[in-house]
Amino acid sequence: MRRTATLWGATLSVTVAMTGAALFAQAPARFGFGRPATPQEIAAIDSDVMPDGRGLPPGRGTSAEGAVIYAAKCAQCHGKTGTEGPNDILVGREPRTGFVFAQNPELPHTIGNYWPYATTVFDYVRRAMPPTAPGSLTNDEVYALTAFLLHANELIAANAVMDQSTLAQVVMPARQYFVPESRPAPPKPRP
Amino acid sequence: MKVTRRDLLAGAAGAVVLGKTTRAQTRTPVDPTKVRGAPTSAMGQRAPTATPQRLVRGNISSTPHQDLMGIITPSDLHFERHHAGVPEIDPANYSLLIHGMVDRPMVFSLSDLKRFPSVSRIHFLECSGNLGRVAGPETTPGLLAGLTSTSEWTGVKLATLLKEVGVQPKATWLLAEGSDAAVLTRSVPMAKALDDALIAYGQNGEAIRPEQGYPARLFLPGWEGNASVKWLRRIEVSDAPFMTREETSKYTEPFANGTARMFSFQMDARSLITYPAFPNTLAPGWVEIKGIAWTGAGKIRRVEVSTNGGATWAAAELQEPVLSMAHTRFRHLWNWTGGEAVIMSRAVDETGYVQPTRAELLKLRGPGTAIYHMNPITGWVVQATGKVIYKQEPWG
Repeated sequence: MRRTATLWGATLSVTVAMTGAALFAQAPARFGFGRPATPQEIAAIDSDVMPDGRGLPPGRGTSAEGAVIYAAKCAQCHGKTGTEGPNDILVGREPRTGFVFAQNPELPHTIGNYWPYATTVFDYVRRAMPPTAPGSLTNDEVYALTAFLLHANELIAANAVMDQSTLAQVVMPARQYFVPESRPAPPKPRP
Repeated sequence: MKVTRRDLLAGAAGAVVLGKTTRAQTRTPVDPTKVRGAPTSAMGQRAPTATPQRLVRGNISSTPHQDLMGIITPSDLHFERHHAGVPEIDPANYSLLIHGMVDRPMVFSLSDLKRFPSVSRIHFLECSGNLGRVAGPETTPGLLAGLTSTSEWTGVKLATLLKEVGVQPKATWLLAEGSDAAVLTRSVPMAKALDDALIAYGQNGEAIRPEQGYPARLFLPGWEGNASVKWLRRIEVSDAPFMTREETSKYTEPFANGTARMFSFQMDARSLITYPAFPNTLAPGWVEIKGIAWTGAGKIRRVEVSTNGGATWAAAELQEPVLSMAHTRFRHLWNWTGGEAVIMSRAVDETGYVQPTRAELLKLRGPGTAIYHMNPITGWVVQATGKVIYKQEPWG
């Protein structure tokens, strides 16, 4: 009886040791699940544009060309001149000095007074506008609409051509006011 | 006389004609011990007399915290915020592309994602704009702060996938992109991606709900909800943030010092009394004050309750287990002897951070900044009649 108990104990110890080894098996460097992505399938959905212009596609457009598209596809929601709504107000430079959105929460955040990067306009219009047919605009149309909106906000000349090389160079007035997260870590009070 | 189910139902239907009776009561036998009950079923239903609803306002719906118990939000009551509706996605066609500054750009199907080692974690998800702006006296807890919900999320760690594709040394940020009609994008620091970010495909034990990102979403514990991109289809690894519309034009906080803050991700400690609250009415006697507290900084250490408008505070009981970055249920017994009383709660998190008053928060930020990341102490007024209303505070 005593001998059997000892044997049982030994067997249990071995079993526990083996189970432990199996539970804590090292994860492999790679699992090998999934498949390589082809350059074509990446290009098909990689539409984002960065502030330095990375990701901007070939194409071009001017404000005059954009005005036609805007009237047909955008004015319905954003107003005839981009100032009327009912959806986001896109055009407006007031206030001309300072950045007083905290003091005046009713001020609309327009492209001209609030958006820090011109590339964001192109990126967003191309991916999400118009809501009735998102992603339906050609690159030329998006360049033209971007030119229209930037010109309406007095940020580029009437005849300026927006393309791969010019768009990222547009200086946005609000850029200087944007700062990255700098709250102190808790437990300090966090503004 | 033999009483049949038909007789009982007819009797109940008769009651409808005679008096005010709910639809549920018309189906309910007078004595359930005298009628064989419903058979087993493939999918259960809520009791017809207990069907809480989200509060729908345009492209937002809020969790009705006044109707809930414990810490888990039922999946179909998890708050919603969509930017172009809820997309319908065929899981057989779903794929997640990871590319950019990686050694091996790869595509993962849903079944690929499920083959990787999985984790389950209980976490809150909170919209950074979670403070009801239309806060009149008849504001419920759900209207005031219903844009936070807690679920058990199951998925694969993003770090596991990033190891699979081989992130290059220069990479510091990634772009997460959804496959809704907004093709919503947010930039995420690599440090968070490698720390505790998940690609979640499960919610409370089953597939994630369509409104929450089916079949798979990014989940960033403790961070503002918008960054946890739903219906995730693409991750691009890069060396800088992408400055998308949702992190520049929206989800930024202007300050009175003439700056606007970007990338304020972490949600701070907050608490919410969910009972008593509007529209409850109390009778004098013992009341269990109940609520939830949460913090993006980790665990809730303590919740304090005041029943005299903040003059004195007492420690509430916390329901164990207290989980990191999850709703924590608190309870406090109070003997209401009548007369007007103002009840409030404040949370203290594991760092020692104390939930601020509205005045403290506005002093820190300057006036006019009250849109995103507002976590002030809020309260309820118990009127002498027992009627409970929201303790109104001016917005901003």
